[in-house]
Amino acid sequence: MSITEILFWFLSVLALFSAIMVLISKNPVHSVLWLIIVFFTISGHYLLLNAQFLAIVNIIVYAGAIMVLFLFVIMLMNLNVETERQRNIWMKFFGVISGGLLLWIFISASRSATDISEKNILMGQGNIGLIQDLGKVLFREYALPFEISSVLFLSAMVGAVVIGKKE
Amino acid sequence: MPIQYYIALAACLFCIGVVGVVTRRNAIIIFMCIELMLNAVNLLLVAFSKMHYNSALAVNTNTNAGIEAQVFVFFIMVVAAAEVSVGLAIIVMMYRNVHSVDINFLNRLKN
Repeated sequence: MSITEILFWFLSVLALFSAIMVLISKNPVHSVLWLIIVFFTISGHYLLLNAQFLAIVNIIVYAGAIMVLFLFVIMLMNLNVETERQRNIWMKFFGVISGGLLLWIFISASRSATDISEKNILMGQGNIGLIQDLGKVLFREYALPFEISSVLFLSAMVGAVVIGKKE
Repeated sequence: MPIQYYIALAACLFCIGVVGVVTRRNAIIIFMCIELMLNAVNLLLVAFSKMHYNSALAVNTNTNAGIEAQVFVFFIMVVAAAEVSVGLAIIVMMYRNVHSVDINFLNRLKN
């Protein structure tokens, strides 16, 4: 078993465990902290796939900005106490059953797909994930969507201010 | 590494997100589960990008195939960041009006 496979299994198990802990922790602050661990493990997967730019952007944007925003909102609302009333046990039961059925469909569909059955992923090498190549593509062929996304950010900022303003 | 492993991992993460959206009642936790689903899709896109690159590498050693998927993941992150700012503003406004983030209180929206 090579070091890449060991890292893959370690990161996968940690990601799944933390994702389940996001669901079952009662305190929202603990959920946020477990979700940050999920994001770090996904960044580790990006590093294993040699997508270094996406790994660092994932840490900066998700773990750094979005989760801090979540933490701020939870602290602002004083929600860090376990006040959530639970759904009844049947709702939870059927929720888990439907999620499991969806997973079953995904797994069986991917197992029966003949196009990808013998395809392999290139781990840890290849330069398409580096900042140099990605930046060239982003600013040459995708320059217009890149600029439009700035307009999207501006409208999101204006929307957040307008919605959050007191009447 | 076979692509099936990454498909299975991303499907598990996505389904955990779906179960969270269905079973939890706290609006913030539901929102976090949506983020989890977005991240599962991002991981799968990067894995497919490397798979495509691997199969294009056998034909041409100087290929750039599969790089569009990573640009696409970057744009998904952009949209997710914008979505989070607006969504959290909506949750804060809802908390200010009904003093709760329980989604069952939101059914008064239909009257």
